[in-house]
Amino acid sequence: MQIVINGNPHEVPDATSLDRAVALISESVTGIAVAVNGDVVSRMAWPRVRLAQGDQIEVLTAVQGG
Amino acid sequence: MAEPLTDDPLVLAGVKFSSRLIMGTGGTTSLDVLGRALAASGTELTTVAIRRVDPGARGSVLDVLAAQGIRVLPNTAGCFTAAEAVRTARLAAEALGTKWVKLEVIADEITLLPDPVELLDAAEQLVALGFTVLPYTNDDPVLAKRLEQAGCAAVMPLGSPIGSGLGIRNPHNIQLMVQAVSVPVILDAGIGTASDASLAMELGCSAVLLATAVTRARDPELMAAAMRSAVIAGRLAYRAGRIPRRHYATPSSPPVDS
Repeated sequence: MQIVINGNPHEVPDATSLDRAVALISESVTGIAVAVNGDVVSRMAWPRVRLAQGDQIEVLTAVQGG
Repeated sequence: MAEPLTDDPLVLAGVKFSSRLIMGTGGTTSLDVLGRALAASGTELTTVAIRRVDPGARGSVLDVLAAQGIRVLPNTAGCFTAAEAVRTARLAAEALGTKWVKLEVIADEITLLPDPVELLDAAEQLVALGFTVLPYTNDDPVLAKRLEQAGCAAVMPLGSPIGSGLGIRNPHNIQLMVQAVSVPVILDAGIGTASDASLAMELGCSAVLLATAVTRARDPELMAAAMRSAVIAGRLAYRAGRIPRRHYATPSSPPVDS
């Protein structure tokens, strides 16, 4: 199935867990936050969340600003 | 004489800071330049933005802050609605483990002026979620009151538009804000050079937040040191109480003997 991470399409196995999807673009699990289809998902819940075709995932961190 | 600033900390939401200069991290050409400017500024609190992870990024601003023991203050820069700002604040809390937020809800990209209606809405929602909210606001004493009533831990008026370097265009309003609220007033945009930072403190602001004036100066480290001194000088002058302005001279020497 296809999911979208930070605007880019990724082909992953069906029912891939959120923690595996995050690992595709971030080596670190600290200092980052994740939203699925606009909803914030806390780090502890990542392994339990099974993704579906077309899910939009945002993986965010702190950058210089303000 | 005792160090005059040691007994005069900035207190935000019960947390004491000995520096009244808050420096943002935006605008430097490298993390190395940023690190040296932060050190020269003496700041103990600094802003970061929340953006997509860049898998190719080398080093992190968080490493620079951790190395210097500087507390991180995430912002909601780039948000145009209360809903976006609340979501960004919640993501920042998740990523950084802090419920402090510099709340920015802007109206358009030309002026980057705050949208007061969305700002107040977002502030109310975030206070209800247990956040310590530091709102970037217009220089409006009435809105400052409303933000204080909503439970904000400070109000942070602009002196002039973000990154403009135009200084404090309406000093009278900043003074009215200082008088209107009991939470700290932090001058938060438009600083161009050291005298602007001193003026903010002379007007009674509790602190100054700046980034561009330092990070885009020809020598950021030197300007950071200038800002550190300017904020201290302005604060001391405010506490000391300036002389009244007069239209005619007042001799400072005794009259000539006759």
